[in-house]
Amino acid sequence: MKRGNTPLLIFILVLFGFCLWVILPGTEIFGRDEFKLGLDLKGGSHLVYSIDLSKKDPAQSDADVIEGVKNKIERRVNAYGVTEPIVQTIRNERGSFVLVQLPGVKDIDEAMNLIGQTAELDFREVVLDAEGEPELDEEGNVQWVKATAKGSDEQERELTGKYLKPNAQVVLAPQTNEPEVAFEWNSEGAILFEQITQRNLQKPLGIFLDNQLISAPTVQAVIKEKGVITGLNLDEARTLAIQLNSGSLDVPLTLVERRDIGATLGEDSLRKSLMAGIIGSTMVVIFMIAYYRFSGFVACLALVVFVTLNLAIFKLIPVVLTLPGIAGFIVSIGMGVDGNVLVAERLKEELRRGRTLGAAIEEGFRQSWSAIFDANVTVFIACAVLYWLGNTFGNFLVIGFATTLFIGTALSMFTQVVVTRTFMRTFVGLGVAKSPGAYGVLRQ
Amino acid sequence: MIDLVGKRNWFFLISAIVIIPGIISLAVFGLQPGVDFSSGTAMTLSFDKEVELSQLRQELTDLGYDEAVVQPAGGGDFFVRLPEISAEETTKLKESLETGLGTTVTISSLYSVSPIVAAGTVRNTVIAVVVASIGILLYISWAFRKMPKPFRWGTCAVIALVHDLVVVIAVFSILGWVAGLEVDALFVTGVLAVVGVSVNNIVVVFDRIRENLKRGVSRDFAVIANYGIIESLGRSLNTGLATLFVIVALYLLGGTTTHTLVLALLIGIATGIYSSLCIAGQLLVVWEKGFASRRKEATSTA
Repeated sequence: MKRGNTPLLIFILVLFGFCLWVILPGTEIFGRDEFKLGLDLKGGSHLVYSIDLSKKDPAQSDADVIEGVKNKIERRVNAYGVTEPIVQTIRNERGSFVLVQLPGVKDIDEAMNLIGQTAELDFREVVLDAEGEPELDEEGNVQWVKATAKGSDEQERELTGKYLKPNAQVVLAPQTNEPEVAFEWNSEGAILFEQITQRNLQKPLGIFLDNQLISAPTVQAVIKEKGVITGLNLDEARTLAIQLNSGSLDVPLTLVERRDIGATLGEDSLRKSLMAGIIGSTMVVIFMIAYYRFSGFVACLALVVFVTLNLAIFKLIPVVLTLPGIAGFIVSIGMGVDGNVLVAERLKEELRRGRTLGAAIEEGFRQSWSAIFDANVTVFIACAVLYWLGNTFGNFLVIGFATTLFIGTALSMFTQVVVTRTFMRTFVGLGVAKSPGAYGVLRQ
Repeated sequence: MIDLVGKRNWFFLISAIVIIPGIISLAVFGLQPGVDFSSGTAMTLSFDKEVELSQLRQELTDLGYDEAVVQPAGGGDFFVRLPEISAEETTKLKESLETGLGTTVTISSLYSVSPIVAAGTVRNTVIAVVVASIGILLYISWAFRKMPKPFRWGTCAVIALVHDLVVVIAVFSILGWVAGLEVDALFVTGVLAVVGVSVNNIVVVFDRIRENLKRGVSRDFAVIANYGIIESLGRSLNTGLATLFVIVALYLLGGTTTHTLVLALLIGIATGIYSSLCIAGQLLVVWEKGFASRRKEATSTA
């Protein structure tokens, strides 16, 4: 046995044992006890909204507006109760976008209402004519004007949702059992609200959300701090409460991409891919052993190490596993035998030339390394470009494939060269499989 | 020894038989862009009771979606492709179909892309392909720096690579109008991965030819090339087979999401094995000696 081989063998076995432990179901490491599955496997919704920066307040910078939108959407999504949501911003030459992933969400329409609405709340007074009667337009509708009042600094201000404390909640009205959203004003809001309710006693006060009238209760008393919004069903009330607490968006959003995947479809796909992976790998194992005999067997042991290490990396990083990601991993299993095939072929040649087994192994590996390395550079280039491509438009499927193929290829270089060689040297050192026939070389 | 170089004109002919109709198909029909590239709404619908294709098509026409493309998606499900519709329209469509067909309709997957995103995807895809090509060309010029005539060897490698890509794209073009197969971002992913794998095969073969050239195996370049190809045969076929085993398994069992990705890999990797053994080295020989047949070469080099 070559010097230095035993420590390397121990290192590989320890690493293998550790990785095996990591991937066992139930092992908790870095606060995570299972693989992180992508949206296409868990089911859920992937939404991309375009942020209309042309509507922003000129005083604000683009970056602030985008950051604000992201934070508010994050708050909305978290309050809605989705596990492991993703909210990301994407900026490119087409504009600015916010990407939202909601795994496992059941009612997508409700979720989209919650996220996509600007949720600008304001209060409006009825426009009165000279006789003090409500002024009507041609169709006989009441005209509304935004209610303003003097703030603490004597400036005239519109009363909007931005003066609310973030503690709005859904309550049921004591008598009617109708859902209501109860809110509280902050100190500035209370100053404005007091003046407005005073001015509008016994008159209707319109509550508008994104320029849509929700309700127009008649003001019964002068109110400072608190109020309720009625005229909503339970879902709407819940959505509104979350929106009021997270704050209205500074600019409108438009939905530009939507991908919904049913949970059952995801489960079904996962099962199918795993089955494909198992059957494919089994065929590779049978083929390698049948053709390369002992080298093939060692290659398969190395393949087991490769798969285990790879899965452990997926769990540790964690890599978000998607269907194309699993495909990339499975493809890297197939391609991962390449190095072993190169080495085994070289080995056969060297044995035919009459070298001793030990010398043939060393020569086989020495000659194959440059080819193994060179061969994988092109795959790395392709993966890097794909990763960039996936990121520019938030395509998690493309990113998934590029990531796992990259990890798989890099790791297979390690297993092909280090693991296979160490195993080979060990077996040869132990005197196992001495005849050239065991390597698929026919006796002449 | 098998003479793969001598049969080169046959191999070129075989490739031409695939590529020429493919290029014609590409010129006439192009590729069928999926919603990624052309915008629109694609969904898979499942029903509680059996629904006929014609029934669904009629119902969609009645609802005003004349442009709808409807295809069976297996297991009684249907794939429906429409121009982009909003979330409200989607909900309305589902409800209208439920009343029209008298069954519960489940949208098991939906993918909707607006023109602004689609245009961005097209642009970025073009950039990605250009960047990948430059990267691969740089790699090739680096990998072939040790070769006797780097430019010539590099060019032959690029031709063989383009050959593989043309075959993949041509097959997708043909399947596009025959079977309605669409190309999406995952197709591009598959094609770029094929580039990576394909160059790799060519490099291995060329490496062997170079080695034999240095060793002075023969004075005839055709013999040297053939020797190198035969030596790579075992490696190229076996690695290729192992890779194809898993890809075929994925294609047959892996479900529909990754269909275009896996199909592109399957065609591309299979073609890559063929071109690395039957096209790339042969091109070198042609450049060296012209298209003359083997027998004439033998007399002229003697």
